[in-house]
Amino acid sequence: MKKIVTYPQMGDYNVPIYYLLTHILRCEIRKPPKISDRTVELGNKYSPTFVCMPFKYTLGTFLESLEEGANVLIQLGGGCRYGYYYALQKEIIKEQGYSFKLINLVTEGKSDLKKIIKDFKGIDPSFSILKSAYYLFITMKMIKYMDKLDHQIRKNIGFEQKKGEHEYVKQKMLTCFEHTKGYFPLLFTYLSYKRKFKKIKKNKKKCLKVGIIGELYTIMEPFANYDLEMMLSQYGIEVTRFTNATYLLFQKRKKVKKYLKKVKRFSKNRLGADALDNVGRLVYLGEKKYDGAIHIKSSFCTPEIGVMPILRRVSEEYKIPLLFFSFDTNTSKVGIETRIEAFYDMIEMRKQNE
Amino acid sequence: MTVGIPRGLFYYYYGDLWIAFLDTLGVPYILSEETNREIVDLGMHYATDEMCLSMKIYLGHIASLKEKCDTILVPRIDNYGTKNQTCTNFLAVSDIVRNLFSIEPLTYNINYEHMETEEEAFKKIGKELGFDELTSLRAYHNATTDINYKRQKQISRNIETLRKDKLKILVVGHPYNVYDAFIGKPILEILKRNNVEIIHSSLFHENITEELGEKMQQGLYFKYSKNLMGAIALCEDKVDGIVFVTAFPCGIDSLVNEIAFCYLKIPHIEIVMDELDSMVGIETRLESFIDVLERNGGHEKNSDVSTNG
Repeated sequence: MKKIVTYPQMGDYNVPIYYLLTHILRCEIRKPPKISDRTVELGNKYSPTFVCMPFKYTLGTFLESLEEGANVLIQLGGGCRYGYYYALQKEIIKEQGYSFKLINLVTEGKSDLKKIIKDFKGIDPSFSILKSAYYLFITMKMIKYMDKLDHQIRKNIGFEQKKGEHEYVKQKMLTCFEHTKGYFPLLFTYLSYKRKFKKIKKNKKKCLKVGIIGELYTIMEPFANYDLEMMLSQYGIEVTRFTNATYLLFQKRKKVKKYLKKVKRFSKNRLGADALDNVGRLVYLGEKKYDGAIHIKSSFCTPEIGVMPILRRVSEEYKIPLLFFSFDTNTSKVGIETRIEAFYDMIEMRKQNE
Repeated sequence: MTVGIPRGLFYYYYGDLWIAFLDTLGVPYILSEETNREIVDLGMHYATDEMCLSMKIYLGHIASLKEKCDTILVPRIDNYGTKNQTCTNFLAVSDIVRNLFSIEPLTYNINYEHMETEEEAFKKIGKELGFDELTSLRAYHNATTDINYKRQKQISRNIETLRKDKLKILVVGHPYNVYDAFIGKPILEILKRNNVEIIHSSLFHENITEELGEKMQQGLYFKYSKNLMGAIALCEDKVDGIVFVTAFPCGIDSLVNEIAFCYLKIPHIEIVMDELDSMVGIETRLESFIDVLERNGGHEKNSDVSTNG
């Protein structure tokens, strides 16, 4: 049987992952379908009642790709119950009568290199370690560049003169990244697009600054947070976001130690998953005198729920307005818009009174 | 100095140990009351509305205790090694208490990955209560021997019930849910009233259940659910049915129980409790579940009927 590999969808990161997989595996790689209402519906239908939202989204994506013929699925695992996803998803998909292989790259919060190599050899017997190390390096760089540019885009997208220009250039950049031929071409495209983003005309004046903190999947997948960043930028707010793939892959270990020192007054220990990081970030936002912070999470996300009382105390002490959002699969966009509008009015009035 | 012990979460795993330890040291302590409506309401007042019921109840216990004692025993249990993680609430609870009630709980931190063992934790508690290392160590070891003896007895009683020739039901759930007066105890009472022998999933040797649990679900890393899954594997062909007791919305159970349902071939029912549940509806469900088991041939196995949920 011909092997068709697919993976879950998260933000724009499907581009580097696609790049990596097409170069190291000699079989068909299929991009996951963009998350749509149907994905959510499918995921919702087969998921347990009070599981968190990323489970439903990834399950929906898997089911959709299986319908289109994929038969090798790749899933990750993490510190909280994320590590259990693959076990249940395997059972649920099996019940639907598909023949497939589910590969889990992270077991018990740690990735076992030997197991990963064995798994990839199972998909493609001619899998070469040296070659994949080279392409892994390029992919890592690509993710770093993407995150760097994303950071810039987020600061400026609310103030562009011609609407949609940032988005247009970004899409072009992603296409270029996907067809990169090596490290140096990648570097050149990155530099040229950096210049292009700088050239975009914008009228930036003094503006409100808001930081977004919270659970990682909800932050990084725009469909999951109902395009919160776009919504904020339309009000002329400069958005800062901390969680991205670069942070999770390279910086987290170092930063956690820093945060632990910083938030000693509120929390002395690690709180599981990204919870402590969020306390540290809120303290940072408070120290830098940001106008507000928004904490988003998927409903039933245990670590983030646990950290909410602590965040509330931090926001009281640093006098930084904090808005909590809990997204589920059937939250309506209108309700979110109303709350954002009220939040915007509040922080603007607060700024004028100062 | 009076130590307050909230009757929730960790109490049902280590409560006897703490009490034996404090008794040997001669430190006075207060145990909070059995969970009642008042404590649940107190907990709901302090807790975030999305927290799980067990956590809400725990915070309620602390709120009811904090005026009566000088210090409070709120452990933080991170892990018992990489393969034995715990729920993230167990990691965060001491910091949540610190921020919500502005009290400083006793330092009790277990993190085997960072060489902070249980012994070490008890040494620290002893130090904070004003005893030297040797005294607290001796007290800890005395306490563990006492507890082990007691637990051994309970386990053998549990296994004896398994041999009885009656309708047997395995109750699966975290001890802090199953033995809580608000969540699980009414369920156990209903089962007893209907003449059913109850097998407790938490009363088996941990070494056996852990291994069986790992076999049942590879890559399982939550310590306490590993034991529960092992208990299921151990009793599956010896009991008539299984009752899962969960609090809404328990993060671990939402996945672990669901995986177990995929494997199970004997009748089972899941009861999810939240703070508004009335016992009448649950009684009806349990009674009809028992009826199904009886019609299913009593204690003679017949696995044709599935009564999921």
